[in-house]
Amino acid sequence: MTNIVTWIVSATLIQNVILSRFLGTCPFLGVSSKRESATGMGLAVTLVVGISSMVAWVLDRYILVPFDIKYMRTIVFIFVIAGLVQIIEMFLKKVIPSLYKSLGIYLPLITTNCAVLGMATVVTTQNFDFLKTVIYAFASGFGFFMVIYIFSALREKMETSPIPTPFKGIPVALVTAGLMAMIIARFAGIV
Amino acid sequence: MNQKQNFLKGLFKENPILVSMLGLCPALAITDKFENALGMGLAVLFVLVMSNFLISLLRKIIPNEIRIPVFILVVATFVTIVDMVMAAFLQELHQTLGIFIPLIVVNCIILGRAEAFASKNDVVSSVIDGVGMAIGYTMIIGVIAFARELLGTGVITVWGDLSIDFNKIVGHDIPYFTSFFTSPAGAYIVLGVLFGIVAAVKSKKKVSEAK
Repeated sequence: MTNIVTWIVSATLIQNVILSRFLGTCPFLGVSSKRESATGMGLAVTLVVGISSMVAWVLDRYILVPFDIKYMRTIVFIFVIAGLVQIIEMFLKKVIPSLYKSLGIYLPLITTNCAVLGMATVVTTQNFDFLKTVIYAFASGFGFFMVIYIFSALREKMETSPIPTPFKGIPVALVTAGLMAMIIARFAGIV
Repeated sequence: MNQKQNFLKGLFKENPILVSMLGLCPALAITDKFENALGMGLAVLFVLVMSNFLISLLRKIIPNEIRIPVFILVVATFVTIVDMVMAAFLQELHQTLGIFIPLIVVNCIILGRAEAFASKNDVVSSVIDGVGMAIGYTMIIGVIAFARELLGTGVITVWGDLSIDFNKIVGHDIPYFTSFFTSPAGAYIVLGVLFGIVAAVKSKKKVSEAK
């Protein structure tokens, strides 16, 4: 049990996908100017990272490793992710139309989100077991959601703040992300 | 557009990081050492040039509807080649770059150039475009890594054992270097300041042009 708590804390905070692993920086800066879109992106990433890491782990353990074709990981995973995103999209459209409406435009973008391929690579190369994979993947996705949501709230406030013109927009957003990374780094003392 | 302009546009006018803001993940993650940035730049150069070459060569054969999966397959193949070559000959660099080598697949610069340039232009211009873009990319991550390693440690690791230690040049330990700049927070702040400076220079240029 303590193990599980440790995994959750380390995946969401200490090894936060955005602020300490540097995965998914593009959507982090691209879709974070409004809280609404940040929520959509965060939820979509949580869902896709969780599911695709599990599928990647199963494929890796039962196909790639037994046949000794581990070097095919990158190629296999990227196609699995692309296919999976398509399936999740169709599934949501049919079963939960309201969620599909709010996630709709973000789902296709996720295929090229490096957090997804990155977490699939992490869980397979570091020899996680299945339980750890599930917890780590969903907790990492949640870490992404949390950080992008806080960040979008900060950016909404910054729009009305007096910021020197050259630093408006992305530059000041990056500096803000740096300050958030400083805070996140302090959580390393917990575990 | 002649070939010289085609090459130079990747360096400044359409620089992948400064203008299009693509490929920021590795630009933040592996720039704590100058050497890592050079290694990453070389990997991107190889993948970008080869994928541009192959895609431009096949541009009339690839059916339009499935072009994106085909591009991804081509890019993933070259990334796997780079991964295996690096694991064989540059083990240390392969260890430090780690997961960011396979992640070149989802680096938007490469897919972006395939879609926007190589699928529409002839082989020679596509290769030149790839070289220009990759050099533009390497230049910027090199600048970030230079600033971060210098401010963080006072040492610039050029390649392997070849490094410049500014503490030794001065003759005593300089007390102003702080490991903050090699930490993740430092990465974001250095990149933010760099973008700010570029925006300031650009607006100044615009003002002077208007006069």
